[in-house]
Amino acid sequence: MAKTSPTPPSAAAPKAAARRQFFFDAAKMACGVGMLGLGLGLYAKQAKALPPLALRPPGARAEKDFLGACIRCGLCVRDCPYGILELARPETPVATGTPYFTARTGPCEMCDDIPCVKACPTGALDHGLTDINKARMGLAALIDHETCLNFLGLRCDVCYRVCPVIDKAITLELLPNTRTGRHALFLPTVHSDHCTGCGKCEKSCVLEEAAIKVYPVKLAKGKLGEHYRLGWEEQKKAGHSLLDEKNIVDLPDRLPEGVTLPGHHDPGATALPVPAPPPGMPGSVAGPVPSTPPGLGGGR
Amino acid sequence: MKPVGADAVGEKGWLAAHKWLLLRRSSQLGILGLFLLGPLTGIWVVKGNLSYSYTLGFLPLTDPYVVLQSLATGHLPEKLGWIGLGLVVAFYFLVGGRAYCSWVCPVNLVTDAAARLRQKLGIKGSIHIARRTRYWILAMTLVGSALTGVVLWELINPVSMLHRGLIFGLGTAWTIVLAVFLFDLFVMSRGWCGHLCPVGAAYSLLGRWSPLRVAAPRRAACNDCMDCFEVCPEPQVIRPALKGADKGLGPVILAANCTNCGRCVDVCGKDVFRFDLRFNNPLPELPPDARAAAPGNK
Repeated sequence: MAKTSPTPPSAAAPKAAARRQFFFDAAKMACGVGMLGLGLGLYAKQAKALPPLALRPPGARAEKDFLGACIRCGLCVRDCPYGILELARPETPVATGTPYFTARTGPCEMCDDIPCVKACPTGALDHGLTDINKARMGLAALIDHETCLNFLGLRCDVCYRVCPVIDKAITLELLPNTRTGRHALFLPTVHSDHCTGCGKCEKSCVLEEAAIKVYPVKLAKGKLGEHYRLGWEEQKKAGHSLLDEKNIVDLPDRLPEGVTLPGHHDPGATALPVPAPPPGMPGSVAGPVPSTPPGLGGGR
Repeated sequence: MKPVGADAVGEKGWLAAHKWLLLRRSSQLGILGLFLLGPLTGIWVVKGNLSYSYTLGFLPLTDPYVVLQSLATGHLPEKLGWIGLGLVVAFYFLVGGRAYCSWVCPVNLVTDAAARLRQKLGIKGSIHIARRTRYWILAMTLVGSALTGVVLWELINPVSMLHRGLIFGLGTAWTIVLAVFLFDLFVMSRGWCGHLCPVGAAYSLLGRWSPLRVAAPRRAACNDCMDCFEVCPEPQVIRPALKGADKGLGPVILAANCTNCGRCVDVCGKDVFRFDLRFNNPLPELPPDARAAAPGNK
């Protein structure tokens, strides 16, 4: 530099050189540390992807908040009387140092006093959680209907029996067993308004690979469209049908030519009230024949 | 060439020449032992790790740097977390922030071992990274925590990985620790603790005005053996205090990066150094023009 631009012997030159050096040094530092920061930031993004089968302790904030609030001290691990919690090691696909448990190997025993939450020195585990039944560590889902023994028509019922919120979080819903024609299927059915996601059902599933598993609520739960209304629910709420049933238009049923379906009528074909179905087994006696829908060449 | 500290051993005897080193190792291993006692024997004195611990059911201690990152993400500690934070901040403010590095931190054992081996093997040469880099990394982790919402440095922090690993299960955390050891051994002398670690940077800011300091009150007796510079993990902090008499600087090491390890006290055959208070820092008499020209003692 001195060769290409001989410095004039002024007082300003060393100052300017020092200033240049300062800016170069600062830029060097900012670039180096910035690279490190970029790498860390990308790693942080990966770290946020909690694998579905790693469950957070009761009261844990949503994952994006949890990773900022948890200081990785392990007090929850220490105060869990059943020793189910673990701090993630670097090779675990969970943000390093954060607590988690795996339902299949060690589910949450749902202590009444929730010692893990009390031990947390930050708000990572919500100290507002005082009723363990309100915990939502995840949501059980009977994910495999093909291997679940109850779906096969057998009476396993183990997930239902071990559920700490039995008959609320898991119920057995009866359906006719069409395979045998004379038995019932007792289908374990999870209800999200009571399931805490403790994982006892997954732990105790007798299969090699559990048919019922606890997933993050976001993965396990569907959502109706905002505009959906369940008619029967609305009816219950209002105490009566919300429809003026007299004015309901019964649309014609389309049936193949010559087939009759007793009890059905076609208001387009006849203005008369439908006669009561004739006695006898349905279908044994010919009833009113539905007409071809109007506008399709029918309506004679 | 005489090994470093041989003079001191000759003058004071081996034990006196290793007094602070032995105390320091006892502190490091003792604290680690207390943390390990519970998991190994079931006798619970301390629960948790260096990020936050709870001793005997009444003493919470919180690491200020990890809380600072958590605060940057917008999350507040609970009551015990705050109390622990207050206690730790007050304690390290008094005894020197980086006393954490030399008296508590488990990585210090690793990097001290690397430095010792480096000296034994006579490994010369070291890449240059400015010592202030650690403050840039500190700032980056705070900004990064705010941007990502994750306590950022904890994703790779070798300090907490080693300490947490020893107590809760190491897993592959040993690779990170080995990397730090090899980096210090082959790539950069005193590289990790002295240049890069933002945990140490945070603690050094905490101890910026600590009353407890190492001082060189008998600096006139210095025989320039350079042993103190050899053993010091932050040798730049010694010069102003030891050699600053003619520049108008007092004998107290005021630089925040001094880890108060006391190794210089040990290895000095002339008993130049001792632990002292920062106020006990008489400035030498100098003509006024020399005083004005003196550089800052930083």
